[in-house]
Amino acid sequence: MTAFFNEMMRPGGTVRPAYARIADWLERTPPEVLASRRAQAELMFRRIGITFAVYGDKEASERLIPFDIAPRVLTRSEWTRLEAGLIQRVKALNLFLNDVYGAGAIMRAGIVPSDIIYRNPAYRPEMAGWSVPHDVYAHIAGIDVVRIDENDFYVLEDNARTPSGVSYMLENREVMMRLLPDLFSAHSVAPIETYPNELLASLRSVAPRSASRDPTIALLTPGQYNSAYYEHSFLADKLGIELVEGRDLLVRDDIVYMRTTQGPRRVDVIYRRLDDDFLDPLVFRPDSALGVPGLMSAYRAGNVTLANAVGAGVADDKAVYTYMPEIIKFYLGEAPLLKNVPTWRCREPDALKYVMEHLAELVVKEVNGSGGYGMLVGPHSTRDQIEAFSKKLAHDPANYIAQPTLALSVCPASFSGGVSPRHVDLRPFVLSGADGARVVPGGLTRVALNEGSLVVNSSQGGGTKDTWVIDDPATA
Amino acid sequence: MLARTADNLYWLARNIERADYLARIVNVTRRLDTLPSAYSGPGTEWESALLSAGASERFDEFHQNVDAASVIDFLVFDERNPSSIANCIENGRSNARAVRTALTVESWEAINSGWLDLKSFQKPRSPGDPASSERLGQYLDAVMKVALDVDGSAYRTMLRNDAFWFTRLGHFVERADNTARILDVKYNLLLPSSEPVGGPVDYFQWAAILRAVSALTAYNWLYKEGVKPWLVADLLILRPEMPRSLRFCCGEMVRVLDSFARVYGQQGPAQRHARHMLTRLENTTMKEVFNGGLHEFVTAFIEDNSKLGAEIAEQYLLD
Amino acid sequence: MRVRISHRTTYTYAEPARSVIQVLRLTPRSNDSQRVSDWRIDVEADCRLAAGEDAFGNVTHTFSLSGPVTSLAITVEGVAETIDAAGVVHGAIERFPPEFYLRETALTAADDAMRAFAAQTGAGHATPLEKLHALMGALHARMVFDADPTNSGTTASESFTLGAGVCQDFAHILIGCARHLGIPARFAGGHLLRDDGVVNQQAGHAWAEAYVEGLGWVGFDAANDICPQERHIRVAIGLDYLGAAPVRGSRNGGGAEKLDVEVRVSHAGSRSQSQSQS
Repeated sequence: MTAFFNEMMRPGGTVRPAYARIADWLERTPPEVLASRRAQAELMFRRIGITFAVYGDKEASERLIPFDIAPRVLTRSEWTRLEAGLIQRVKALNLFLNDVYGAGAIMRAGIVPSDIIYRNPAYRPEMAGWSVPHDVYAHIAGIDVVRIDENDFYVLEDNARTPSGVSYMLENREVMMRLLPDLFSAHSVAPIETYPNELLASLRSVAPRSASRDPTIALLTPGQYNSAYYEHSFLADKLGIELVEGRDLLVRDDIVYMRTTQGPRRVDVIYRRLDDDFLDPLVFRPDSALGVPGLMSAYRAGNVTLANAVGAGVADDKAVYTYMPEIIKFYLGEAPLLKNVPTWRCREPDALKYVMEHLAELVVKEVNGSGGYGMLVGPHSTRDQIEAFSKKLAHDPANYIAQPTLALSVCPASFSGGVSPRHVDLRPFVLSGADGARVVPGGLTRVALNEGSLVVNSSQGGGTKDTWVIDDPATA
Repeated sequence: MLARTADNLYWLARNIERADYLARIVNVTRRLDTLPSAYSGPGTEWESALLSAGASERFDEFHQNVDAASVIDFLVFDERNPSSIANCIENGRSNARAVRTALTVESWEAINSGWLDLKSFQKPRSPGDPASSERLGQYLDAVMKVALDVDGSAYRTMLRNDAFWFTRLGHFVERADNTARILDVKYNLLLPSSEPVGGPVDYFQWAAILRAVSALTAYNWLYKEGVKPWLVADLLILRPEMPRSLRFCCGEMVRVLDSFARVYGQQGPAQRHARHMLTRLENTTMKEVFNGGLHEFVTAFIEDNSKLGAEIAEQYLLD
Repeated sequence: MRVRISHRTTYTYAEPARSVIQVLRLTPRSNDSQRVSDWRIDVEADCRLAAGEDAFGNVTHTFSLSGPVTSLAITVEGVAETIDAAGVVHGAIERFPPEFYLRETALTAADDAMRAFAAQTGAGHATPLEKLHALMGALHARMVFDADPTNSGTTASESFTLGAGVCQDFAHILIGCARHLGIPARFAGGHLLRDDGVVNQQAGHAWAEAYVEGLGWVGFDAANDICPQERHIRVAIGLDYLGAAPVRGSRNGGGAEKLDVEVRVSHAGSRSQSQSQS
């Protein structure tokens, strides 16, 4: 474990000042008290997360993602650096999306090759040649960040499509405040409870200019059988907006309405948690029963704002990711504040040669794959798997990128057997409105609960933690 | 409010109320079934139960003979019967789940835990055997308890806004329909020709109906005399203080619809129709009802009430 | 050549529909080899017909109707003046660079059999143009024209496996094969004036267009084994049928739908039809 950056302990075994109180708490609290806190936390989640925990059927109880009661800590100065980097990155992403669907300057300048845009399935031709309201494409962006040393944050992945997980961030905090009020008050933890307000303000700010001064906002969900339905209803509740399904909306003469008991009521902004493909059967998948026929036409007519914008997913592409430092420089004229994980673009012959020779050490990903599909984790693969993969790679190199296996940082996690370090990442949520970008201090920390595991996905033994941004300790 | 939300709330209430009614129908039929068969033609009670549940046609698709076992199974458990108790509870719970955030925690838990409890009941194998019969009794009691819990929790905890009023509307539209149907049970029961009207079997049948809707005590309080058909009908049709009577249900529907009209600033066919139904009941006497025929009166009411249901759907739930 | 087109689509619903919304791509644009004049589009209902343009520059008309709607008729009529450009499309609206048309779509994705077919057919030929002609010829020879086994949702792969399909399927297969060979290709929908004098048709026509360096976009009508001529009237393009579909619609309620399509493609003017031979 010593090879990994430990966020709590220095290599010599001394505790970093930011973690002083937490280390103390973890050490002084008897194991049975920690155990009872863990049990309480679970109970609270069942209660708070009532809409998805009390269904009583199997699928629902499975969806309770493990929660670790040891908070993850960032100091105010660390956060300030990270925050500036996140805002810079998301500003550049929005400018990039504007450009890709507009003038295409970055492609003409030869900075991003045009084929990685045009051949990307997330690039939506329907968005080309017109501007979305207030030029915002990625209203909510989830930027996955990891640490591998004391100084730098690395961006692992940009999620400009429909990032999820923010409900966990909010509920983790709620549970921690109730569970460990003393530990809480001993630190001055920056609040994140303003997230729903900030989100609402962002969504209101991007209403079409034709909307009334008090725009109507709705959250569009695929429905109660979607795995993130709980988050959808949670957010709609917190924002005080209607949770609608496609069949609740209708389009008449390029205006979107929702069907209410008082007749059709105009909708100005749709926070949609439905993929592009399903949004409008007249434009995308004709078999979609989840969407709203005519929605794209209303969107193009400028009568409704979709958040995030259709086609924003082109920025999530892993090939585009490799150009992010250049993209930031191109649009903002600034050096990137957050680092990219070093990445080989297999489309480039030199890189391909290197990757081919080092497959056993690298992680190779499909450029528009997600959720771990079409991916090779070299160190965890058999010779046959590597062999088979190298053929796929040779056949279509442009479809792949490769990265070193990252040494993610570790944080303490509390188990029945005691406290031990586990690997973590962080997903902060960046909001962009007509009035600029903002981030609430914190995010969703995901933790790989299995020892030695680097996989933080909830489907594979990952859990979550509350993330605290605290004032810098007096002595550093 | 979203029309779909209103629709789910309305049908949540209707489904639960219907489950309660069906449990009562099965109970009263079980009771009638205990009469010595010499007093009544065999099987008549169960045919009548199917008729008053509005399920005979569907039943005939799957069954040759009408007997206690198959009717009970069909009305209570059968998934092929869209209005079986099990399906009503399932649908009601799924209505609730779809609008989870429009309900209070208490209301949601009432329906959800009721649903869970009923699911865990083992289906009785043969209704003839006493253990099964007891278990069926417990199941039916549990169904009525769910209805009571759902209703009570809504009454005690929900904000008095349109969400609440839509559940009330569903509740009373369904309840009026059910009361009308249970009155018809008696019509469908054949009184053996040897039996005089007003004789012991006739008495037993009417009393069983009162018992089914928990109105025997109310009857005694109000009328202070033996069970007489026109008084039973009076209680279940015209009595404004009887919470199952058609008059009471119509009064509530009018009240709810009027509050929509007030809050939404608009009224339509549903309001006009409900008022018309109420006025008719207010201006009718039992004598007129019996002169025209109780069965005819009840049939006309059921039709009228379902027309109101369609108007409510058109006005509020579909668009 | 002056070609007159009249196209009438009638929907009849078993029950009144509560609402109907449709996007129509029924209006051709002019380019160097076709000039559109006198084009009329009419929806026989009380609604606003909003003209617009889709992602590819196709002319669209969108309308929405509030019910009850029991039937609906859409009529287009007009004349196009065409010249033979040997299939080469010049002067059309181009919204995307050719490489965009290398994208795979569900309807056109090549399966192993199609990839093998494309590679094999293209193998003996040096230039993309020759490969495309070879593909068109080989497809025409291999496939049976048959409207029965396929529909508008049939994929290239399904139709190729069947060895049968209609012009749309021929186009999809050709597109999938061309893209596999690295040649940008797209779908073109329109009409064909038949050379056998038959005026009444059951449906429109469709073919593929491929991008050939130096020439530009060139049409390939594999169903007829020809490059589009003056008898072809080009209405809309897309990555596949879905992008160029004449009608995409949705309705709420209405029950079963009965659809009647009448297409008449004839020589405009008074000359007799027996003249047309090529």
